[in-house]
Amino acid sequence: MSNVMDRDVSVADEPGAPRLKGKGTPLRERFFQLSLWTSLAVGVVFLASLLVYVVVEAWPRLDSRIWTNFPDIIDPSNAGAQSAIMGTLWIIAFTAVYCLPTGILAAIYLEEYADPNRWWNRVIEINIQNLAAVPSIVYGILGLGIISRGLGFGQTVMSASLTLSLLVLPTVIIASREAIRAVPQSIRQASLALGATQWQTIWRQVLPAAVPGMATGSILALSRAIGEAAPLLLLGGLTFITFNPTGVESPFTALPIQIFGWISQSRAEFTALASAAIVVLLVILLAMNSVAIWLRNRYSRKW
Amino acid sequence: MNISTSLRRAKAPLALTAAVMLAASACGGADAGSGDGGGDKLAGNIKVDGSSTVAPLSTAAAQLFQAQNSGVKVTVGTSGTGGGFEKFCAGETDISDASRPIKDEEKAACEKKGIKYEEFTVANDGLSVVVSKDNDFVECLTVEQLKKIWEPGSKVNNWNQVDSKFPDQKLELFGAGTDSGTFDYFTDAINGEEGASRTDYSPSEDDNVTVQGVSGSKGGLGYFGLSYYEENQDKLKALKIDGGDGCVAPDTKTVQDGTYKPLSRPLFIYPKATSLDKAEVEAFVEYYVENNADIASKAQFVPLNAEQETELKKDLEALKAAHKS
Repeated sequence: MSNVMDRDVSVADEPGAPRLKGKGTPLRERFFQLSLWTSLAVGVVFLASLLVYVVVEAWPRLDSRIWTNFPDIIDPSNAGAQSAIMGTLWIIAFTAVYCLPTGILAAIYLEEYADPNRWWNRVIEINIQNLAAVPSIVYGILGLGIISRGLGFGQTVMSASLTLSLLVLPTVIIASREAIRAVPQSIRQASLALGATQWQTIWRQVLPAAVPGMATGSILALSRAIGEAAPLLLLGGLTFITFNPTGVESPFTALPIQIFGWISQSRAEFTALASAAIVVLLVILLAMNSVAIWLRNRYSRKW
Repeated sequence: MNISTSLRRAKAPLALTAAVMLAASACGGADAGSGDGGGDKLAGNIKVDGSSTVAPLSTAAAQLFQAQNSGVKVTVGTSGTGGGFEKFCAGETDISDASRPIKDEEKAACEKKGIKYEEFTVANDGLSVVVSKDNDFVECLTVEQLKKIWEPGSKVNNWNQVDSKFPDQKLELFGAGTDSGTFDYFTDAINGEEGASRTDYSPSEDDNVTVQGVSGSKGGLGYFGLSYYEENQDKLKALKIDGGDGCVAPDTKTVQDGTYKPLSRPLFIYPKATSLDKAEVEAFVEYYVENNADIASKAQFVPLNAEQETELKKDLEALKAAHKS
């Protein structure tokens, strides 16, 4: 909005119109714009060069072998990342199953029901914000100690999904709260005034309006989870596994772990293979983010 | 080297497990002995974890074994030697890969959980000390010189400080990251204490970074596993090492017979005794040991020497005998 207003002011620079701008050339403004463009360029150039580099490195191995074959230490030309790709998809699917309902319900409670004047609600709120900033390796230790060993799930898809759920839960809660808060208060008041209960108001008015925002935030949170290697390594993610997960009780590997394992191999073929796996990971990430953008554009409402 | 001692160390648990297995097989392990030949019936999961140095070897063994026994699912993790023993002694894995013999505190941890195990030497590993191809003034370094360069607090930053015969050339150091077994091993062999090293060098967990660093710097010096040198012979020069008996170049033969010292070491696997009671684990370990030379060469490791081979075969026979009876 402010951008548009600025432009209006400068366009209105004709004789007779009140001079809103100061005298002289807006050197500072130029300088400021230039520094903004430079910052933007740095980000874009870095990202672009990274993408180009990875694709070039991966080019000789960027074919169907990467998703049809399993890891092969003896013959790199026969190696693929199917178990890692399937592992990543399994883990992320179950992470979504565990963390989305929990996160969204927690957000509804905090936004719609919790009394912010009560000390325990404030404590919960501060905790969630702090948890979002905890390094992922800490969640790995937590997952190994409590989920894998304490609850006895072992080195399985289940442990990995639960750990990653904990990792992204704060982000899901915060994003969902933002989306719920963005629904105007007048909608709730109108609904209540027409005799709806609080639950009916939330279920029929607030939630449908907040879904695009919640979905966008949640998908971005899951995208973060997909790239995590550290907590999964601690949990016992494997570098060699020649079968896909068949359930939550299966042992697993994931793309970041597979990439890590291949990069540390001495043979150059494995480095190319690692780059190819990075490209696959990026494609999955971009696909998820595209869905997020599409959801936002398709369903978002203007009030 | 400590090969003979570490193998002797294996004897005590071996005898113990033999007794345990006798008892176990007495009560109905009828098919336990059929592990050698007809592999099709075998099924189950085998969890291997531990040293990332040994992992390629175990992975190659697992891959070849699975090609013959499609019902057995072998998984290999790389938690590191220490991390591997931590999981192993918690009873979470069947076989632990190790680039050094098990430590006393790890033994104690295993004992506390009642975990008994065996020890097999499965390959040899050598560390190569490398310089750039452009470096034409150094061919051989003594252990003392290496220590002078790498010991904690070392201020050596020019080749002429290492030896007055060397030219005035800035010394640039590259080495292993502190979490790796390579780092533990190098510091132990050269500086006499595990983990003791100067800190003002470029560390990397990724040996390929060290390859690039050293090959791009005339005064560069770095160290890593022998297989990395063999993959990058066009870019790097491996130095001969004088461990007291003259300069020895690192290659398969000198690593195997132990004359390349002190930078050559044996690698181990530690199978859990109760896992060996399972036919599929026993078959896998037997396969691993029997096809050892083939697996080592496929994974680009230095195979065992004749003496180690004999010891290994003897251990295997003892294991088989324990299961047959």
